[in-house]
Amino acid sequence: MSSSHAATPATALPGALPGEVPSIPLRRLAPWALFLGLAALLVLFFVSADQGAVSIPAGTAIHEFVHDGRHLLGFPCH
Amino acid sequence: MNPRSFLVRGLLVGLVAGLLAFAVAFVVGEPHVERAIELEESAAAPAEPASDGHSHSHSDDEATAGHSHGDEAGGTSRETQRTWGLLTATVAVGVALGGLVGLVSAAAAGRLGRLSLRGSTLVVAGAGFVATALVPWLKYPPNPPAVGSGETIGSRTALYFGLLALSVLAAWAAVLLARRVAAGRGAFDGVLAGVAAYVVAMMLVTALMPAVDELGDFPASTLWAFRLASLLTLATTWAVIGLGLAWSLGRVQREAQEQAARRELAASL
Repeated sequence: MSSSHAATPATALPGALPGEVPSIPLRRLAPWALFLGLAALLVLFFVSADQGAVSIPAGTAIHEFVHDGRHLLGFPCH
Repeated sequence: MNPRSFLVRGLLVGLVAGLLAFAVAFVVGEPHVERAIELEESAAAPAEPASDGHSHSHSDDEATAGHSHGDEAGGTSRETQRTWGLLTATVAVGVALGGLVGLVSAAAAGRLGRLSLRGSTLVVAGAGFVATALVPWLKYPPNPPAVGSGETIGSRTALYFGLLALSVLAAWAAVLLARRVAAGRGAFDGVLAGVAAYVVAMMLVTALMPAVDELGDFPASTLWAFRLASLLTLATTWAVIGLGLAWSLGRVQREAQEQAARRELAASL
């Protein structure tokens, strides 16, 4: 997700200093972050907002089913 | 240490977080949701023509249940909404957030000063809770059923997610600022600068964004209890994800340290 700060030389090199936590190259993280980010946003959309302000598909079945969760998880609801 | 080890643990603790959030929401929150729906029905009852005499029952197992949205009959029953529906919502949100926190923690590992794997993971979850749950809760607090007009759902949804997006952006910028200041002036100054920047930015944003007030004469005690229960549900989700992920990363952290120590040894030979 964060992409602009790959350059902290002391920590970016795996095992450069004793006791330091090595980091994962962002290039290796990118495909995971992209795919899971999109999937998670889709899930959050259906629970939080679908069939309220926008409806895909039309109807209220999803809204009704997750209705109490939508209220209790703090999302705006009708 | 690889993305997979973070993602798998994040998804698993997210599942646990979703289950526990359901337990909290069901026990602490549902009584107030039921109370709000009772109030909504008793307020709507005189206006509606009574089809079945005067038996405005409060039972939960009615097939066409109380809190409908004026749509066609045959919707979801209250019993389903407060059990399987609520469980589905909390587990789906828990797993999605758990996966996201896992991957952001993977990106943060080794990049937040000298924080350990567990330390950086707790920072990610703590910042996530404040930025995506606590601040939106303070500015646009959740409302129980019976509060809120159906006509304003579009604008209220836009405001809520607009604030959410700004809050996440501000938190991210604050972390980058904290890293930069910490590199030159030490960790304490860095954390102070980051926290101050986020607080000032969000005070400005929340002061400028319009308020939403559709309460009418809804009883304050029920409203307060519902909002606290909602915050407790969100806090449960985030706490279980943060603490659970940090705990489950113990082995990953040990292995990473051992690997680093071996490299160190090999380099010194």
